[in-house]
Amino acid sequence: METSFALTGKGYVIVAADTTAARSIVKMKDDQDKIKELGSHLLMAYSGEPGPSNAYIIMPTQPTDPLLSFYSGDTIQFAEYVERNIRLYQIRHLYPLRPSAAASWIRRSLAVSLRSRNAFTVNLLIGGYDLADHKPTLYWIDYLGTVVEVPFAAHGYGSYFALSLLDRYHNPDATLEEGLATLKRCINEVSKRLVVSPDRYKVKVVDKDGVREVEL
Amino acid sequence: MARRYDSRTTIFSPEGRLYQIEYAMEAISHAGTVLGVLAKDGVVLAAEKRVTGKLLDLSSAKEGGGGYGGSGEKMFLINSNVIGGVAGITSDANSLVNYARSVAQRYLLQYNQDIPVEQLAQRLCDMKQGYTQYGGLRPFGVSILYAGYDPHYRFQLYHSDPSGNYSGWKATCIGANNGTAQSLLKQEYKDDMSIDDAIKLVLKVMSRTMDSTTLGSEKLEIAVLTYDEAAKKPKAKIYKPIEIDGLLLMHEMSKKIEEAMKA
Repeated sequence: METSFALTGKGYVIVAADTTAARSIVKMKDDQDKIKELGSHLLMAYSGEPGPSNAYIIMPTQPTDPLLSFYSGDTIQFAEYVERNIRLYQIRHLYPLRPSAAASWIRRSLAVSLRSRNAFTVNLLIGGYDLADHKPTLYWIDYLGTVVEVPFAAHGYGSYFALSLLDRYHNPDATLEEGLATLKRCINEVSKRLVVSPDRYKVKVVDKDGVREVEL
Repeated sequence: MARRYDSRTTIFSPEGRLYQIEYAMEAISHAGTVLGVLAKDGVVLAAEKRVTGKLLDLSSAKEGGGGYGGSGEKMFLINSNVIGGVAGITSDANSLVNYARSVAQRYLLQYNQDIPVEQLAQRLCDMKQGYTQYGGLRPFGVSILYAGYDPHYRFQLYHSDPSGNYSGWKATCIGANNGTAQSLLKQEYKDDMSIDDAIKLVLKVMSRTMDSTTLGSEKLEIAVLTYDEAAKKPKAKIYKPIEIDGLLLMHEMSKKIEEAMKA
């Protein structure tokens, strides 16, 4: 089942998300990248309903091909909407949105969506490095439009196993190697205990030099 | 002949000019002087008050408003990180200030942070520009100085005019005698000035450009934007009349001592 983790350390944020795309009990794909690079120093892991599974029931007048909306998803739609808007801000104003401002904007978009007829059911982790005050920041956002700034975070079934580990092992001054080791603990625990655990993860790091992917 | 092109703001004259815009700028160059100076740790604005007289009721101006001070004619707190100084038609300015405040609050609501100063200036210029293009309307007869702070570019000073142009400055002046004031500022401005040096410079330039021989709180407004290191946020202060008198007394005293030393 869908799982994503993120944790901060000394000058960096690690964001990890599983790569499976599933529909009901069927695994469709196992190399999907669910972490969007929203800017040079901003990452967003998204998870949730991959697509309105009953799209034709909820939205009978939806213009898109019902089969298409069956495979493409709610989460991807929202992630791309966010990606394009954040990019637009940077084109308009030359500097990018700061992570805190981006998180506030995204939260607001979700809160507005929640109050519409067909809301996005998307859970997000926003990890960024703030170039104005040189701090790594992490925001946990859920589909109800809650935003919290946290030292570590998780979404999905994996969070039930990982949060206690992160409570015990997270260190805000840890080096990147130590941070990745803590992440591995979480992933291993989820593999060991969760009935339907994902077997592959994508891991990205953001620090003062920008975003990059790392291999575990 | 020119009148054919005056009556509509949206129409170019054969020489390629927009007369209404030029007239608006002309109107501003007769308004009370407003000048701004950028220092390394803050920004200072000063303005000449024109509406005075002993029958004018100034009781509401005495205490200032909103806890940040304020003497009420030309200096406005637009957002917690921006002070505006306006020159021109006061009623036009009031409506622009109201618009600017809404823009700033909307930005705060959307991004949970103060609006960057340049963006605020841009939004007002978009508004002003609109009035040079849509038919049957007159442009805003207002120039504005924005003294502000944001984490991207720290302290900033911007100027916008009725055409919708804006530009950033280290020191600038709008309103009556702006030519004299600008050349004075050009001579006296130094890059590493502190906020106290900037206040001193502003008072000096104001005393030279204003018609009256002595400066006083009944003709002068002063506002200062600095950064409060303890609270980690910008601090806007619009001086109350009594504080302006205190400031003048302090600097005039020092002038008198200098003269005494020379003699």
